[in-house]
Amino acid sequence: MTIRLGADIGGTFTDVALDHDGTIHSTKILTNYAAPEQAILDAIHIVLTEAGLTYADLDIVIHGTTLATNALIERRGAKTAFVTTEGFRDTVEMRTENRFDQYDLNLRLPQPLVPRQDRFTVPGRIGADGQELLPLDESALAAVADAIAAGGYGAVAIGFIHSYLNPAHEARARQIIAARTSAPISISSEVSPQMREFERFNTVCANAYVRPQMAAYLTRLQARLKDMGATCPVFMIHSGGGLISVETAAEFPVRLIESGPAGGAIFAADIARRFALSHVVSYDMGGTTAKICLIEDFAPKTARSFEVARTTRFAKGSGMPISIPVIEMIEIGAGGGSLASVDSMGRIQTGPESAGSEPGPACYQRGGDRPAITDADLILGKIDPENFAGGAIRLSAPLAASAIDAHVGQPLRLDTRSAAFGIAEVVDENMANAARVHAVENGKNISDNLMIAFGGAAPLHAARLCEKLGIDRCLVPPGAGVGSAIGFLRAPFGYEALVTRITRLSAFDTDAVNALLASLKTTAEGFVRTGTTAAITVEATAFMRYKGQGWEIPVPLPDHPFTAPDIATLRAAFRAAYARFFGRAIGGTSDDALEIEVVTWSVKASDTRPAPARHHLTTGSTTLTPSTLRDVFDPATGTNLPTTIVARDSLTPGQRIPGPAVIVERETSTVVTSPFDVVMQTDGSLLLIRKSAP
Amino acid sequence: MTDPTREIRFQVMWNRLISVVEEQAMTLLRTAFSTSVREAGDLSAGVFDPQGRMLAQAVTGTPGHVNTMAEAVLHFITEIGRANMFPGDTYVTNDPWKGTGHLHDITMVSPSFLGDRLVGFFACTAHVVDVGGRGFGADGKSVYEEGIQIPIMKFAERGAVNDTLIRLLRANVREPDQVVGDFYSLAACNDVGHRRLAAMMQEIGLATLDDLGEFIFTRTRSATLDRLRALPQGTWDNILDTDGYDTPVRLAARVTIAGDAVNVDFAGSSPVSPKGINVPIIYTKAYASYALKCVIAPDIPNNWASLEAFTIASPENILNAPRPAPVSVRHVIGHLVPDLVLGALAKALPGQVLAEGAAALWNIHMSVRPAPGHSGRRAEILMFNSGGMGARPTADGLSATAFPSGVMTMPIEATEHTGPIVIWRKELRPDSGGDGEFRGGLGQIIEIEPLPGHEFDFSAMFDRVNHPARGRDGGQPGAAGSVDLDDGTKLKPKGWQHVSAGRRLILTLPGGGGFGDPARRSPEARAEDAAKGYVTKAKS
Repeated sequence: MTIRLGADIGGTFTDVALDHDGTIHSTKILTNYAAPEQAILDAIHIVLTEAGLTYADLDIVIHGTTLATNALIERRGAKTAFVTTEGFRDTVEMRTENRFDQYDLNLRLPQPLVPRQDRFTVPGRIGADGQELLPLDESALAAVADAIAAGGYGAVAIGFIHSYLNPAHEARARQIIAARTSAPISISSEVSPQMREFERFNTVCANAYVRPQMAAYLTRLQARLKDMGATCPVFMIHSGGGLISVETAAEFPVRLIESGPAGGAIFAADIARRFALSHVVSYDMGGTTAKICLIEDFAPKTARSFEVARTTRFAKGSGMPISIPVIEMIEIGAGGGSLASVDSMGRIQTGPESAGSEPGPACYQRGGDRPAITDADLILGKIDPENFAGGAIRLSAPLAASAIDAHVGQPLRLDTRSAAFGIAEVVDENMANAARVHAVENGKNISDNLMIAFGGAAPLHAARLCEKLGIDRCLVPPGAGVGSAIGFLRAPFGYEALVTRITRLSAFDTDAVNALLASLKTTAEGFVRTGTTAAITVEATAFMRYKGQGWEIPVPLPDHPFTAPDIATLRAAFRAAYARFFGRAIGGTSDDALEIEVVTWSVKASDTRPAPARHHLTTGSTTLTPSTLRDVFDPATGTNLPTTIVARDSLTPGQRIPGPAVIVERETSTVVTSPFDVVMQTDGSLLLIRKSAP
Repeated sequence: MTDPTREIRFQVMWNRLISVVEEQAMTLLRTAFSTSVREAGDLSAGVFDPQGRMLAQAVTGTPGHVNTMAEAVLHFITEIGRANMFPGDTYVTNDPWKGTGHLHDITMVSPSFLGDRLVGFFACTAHVVDVGGRGFGADGKSVYEEGIQIPIMKFAERGAVNDTLIRLLRANVREPDQVVGDFYSLAACNDVGHRRLAAMMQEIGLATLDDLGEFIFTRTRSATLDRLRALPQGTWDNILDTDGYDTPVRLAARVTIAGDAVNVDFAGSSPVSPKGINVPIIYTKAYASYALKCVIAPDIPNNWASLEAFTIASPENILNAPRPAPVSVRHVIGHLVPDLVLGALAKALPGQVLAEGAAALWNIHMSVRPAPGHSGRRAEILMFNSGGMGARPTADGLSATAFPSGVMTMPIEATEHTGPIVIWRKELRPDSGGDGEFRGGLGQIIEIEPLPGHEFDFSAMFDRVNHPARGRDGGQPGAAGSVDLDDGTKLKPKGWQHVSAGRRLILTLPGGGGFGDPARRSPEARAEDAAKGYVTKAKS
């Protein structure tokens, strides 16, 4: 019996969810940029009052925040010095030597986090086998340390070539610099021990850059909570979807990037577990972006690097790479506020530019005159103008219509409703394409999944998205509006430790591999132990490829120490995984055609959780319901259909309403298109189910 | 009023088709063996209608591949013949004149069948690490010395791979595992495209791509024509002198804008070279069209209808070299074609066109082996590196950035894993950007040494060593490049040369030209150049 509190600071809203013996109390208030912890306290006050509890009653606080991400996007971090190998001063500035847009000759590349005058080099070199090619020049380093001490730097990052293989020079450099400055020092072999110098150097720079600010914030937050009478520990959610201590977070704040979206994925994973759904795609659509994530066997997919702070229209390559374990999701500029326009080919374009909350979509009546997705949804009848956000914002259909006419209808000679349909179709298609590509990249078929939809705008679009993706079933859980904060409550204490160590199967040293995995396990378990005394589960993974390739696929490892026969098993497991991704393994059926190698080894540790309450999906039976009818545009038939409008809280478990229907609630509406029915579940979720499905 | 259902349906399908080719390209990136493909993105992928007209291309990809591939598909259709095409087929070639300009690029084309109806083609191209012969370099006297030639033929028929071709290939190349692996990757990439297209057509209930193609082409053509009609009409010339193999080469272009078309004529360029720096016309055209499109219609999708507006002509010369001319490093002169064409276009559109830049990639191919009396490893290593881009009319040039090529550099940590070399330095080259109101991008300096006990030969394919990038509108030229050993020995910009154990090769890459009068450069920009060490010498 515990009282757990989750707090998610997002770009627009700060969400808090309190789990009081299984009852969820939640609230959503505007984020306070000047004092982020104040918004948390204000929100906590609201839910504690509602639950009749005090700060002293809390057993645990779990926190996720976009503050680290925002500091990178807005370049509000510390003045940072970067110390690197002689000859590589400009690696973080030269990036990939590529233009992310082939045809835009006026393109601007993102500036490095640490400008050239703050980058220092020292002689010393590790080779590609981890051997020392040139000793570290300690007197040169001492001179650099003096310059850093005199330069007024708030943080220091160290990144040397091949340090992921041999961290000795980085560790020694830290000692020498630490003797001369009190600024916190981050080293790349600890922050991100992965091959590829630009990614690793940028990651350690990002860590150093946000570290003073994040450490100060976390200290303040803890102090304020204590002042209010809280005695419980505070844990942070990290980008990989697990919990880490505040102390670890203060040392490795780069791991907090994308922790909010990670919470959403965990929220979906928890629902998947409750319903025993082993193939799920989560779909989170808010005001500015949509996030799509595959969840296999109740665990979100993870990746080893991602890109943040994209500067140009979300274009791949216009941001900066961060190589740390992260929940793998695809994020596109498609939200309720995304603006629609027509390009020179007469094609409707939506997003990534967003109307935000000010001025907001045209229908908000706050001066916005460009059409947003919400305007199209309103014109199509998906939203009730009198009842948006519980009646808090009155929506104007005429303003939505004139914005759509001016920017889409007239250029394309379409009437208002057709133009609105065009906007909705384009944004839905963009999301569908992103979901398909994400599935393909993971060797999966999107239509094999059940969708879990949450976030304010997702229930309006989920049914049409399912139509496009060939998905038969979609769950819209209760509390979807604060999904990330609820997700935090479900997060395991977990940590993934990984390291690049290229190991060919033909020269596989089982003792060395066992020792490597044991050390990763010690690291991962060490982080988890700071937060829990429960039993710990460990999963090991090898990221493998044919020798000569550059992209690796994950292969799960046996949970016993390696012996010689395991090598053949590993080879077979890789070939099977490869065929699943790319159609056929190379060299046909011949087993020894090409050398196979492991590039990166990973060990993920997490505490074991008591199984959540189980639910079964119910397909229900149709009953008559008191309801009203309204004309709503139905995309599958391309016409307006008389549509059943029902309040979500009037439905009882097992009740089935045939589509087309709209299920309305305070925060959003769930649109059930004509190919679907909707069934209320025992836990309060709505299940959209294709009429033809069993 | 437009028919709303049709309009929206076609818009959505167009988006979907672009997504299909992105998946196709992604598959190639993830399965490729050569660092040139997997780390550097030297590839392209696209979908074509049954007549061989390009409907859409992946944004991942480099112009030299995309625009040549757009023509190559027609050759495949002619030579294989419809009657010999079956579901599960994949066709291949590396013919420089029917593919992408040199033997190192493998182009694969796969027919896409829905039932027994041919609905389109998928094509992709990638640069493989070796094709035998003399290796990647300018020293061949004819294409016969440059490697194995694969005429247009079947890589797979009805899904069964052509084992004879694979065995021939294995026997003729230096890194057979990597090269054969890349052949499989290319085929897999088209397979993925085909599967996604079939799923899309079945789901939408589409029997052919005819109507969708018509929609795409009509829209693209009309947008392109709007741009062309806004241009001044007339004819403008430009000359660009460049290093050549050992004697300078002159490139000449005449750009004519008349009505609905832009024509470029390369008459007046130097004759065919005895060395492998010649360019097949298919590659010349690819880069000329790319340069024109960047200025005239950068936001219009690249497909058959947008490319159709650009025509070229050339008598037989270095930019239109016929078989069997050697063409291995055709990219060096080919990458200078945009600077050549843009120089003429700048006269038509004053103040709107960027200055000259390093242009040609500084690719280096190294053949590493144990030094005499030592044991060790052998390896073929390819690196792509870029000098500075020319200054733009409103901004400084990008430093160490590829243009016109669309490739990336490889991480040096990945390169060092492929063979026994040490890259001691890879960083910006101060003082190399041409001065101007907007400064040219900086070049870079690279130092490479064989690991102890090893030596290497390398193929130099560098330009702008004797002919630096010119500035525009009063901007100063960028710094010239240079190829040296650490003991001071000057090396040649082209051809195979040797680096012995213990020596370091030093590549000093050229910078971009400046734009506008240097007197107009702002004091803030000059202060920033000094603070960052981009410029270390005081201006006189």
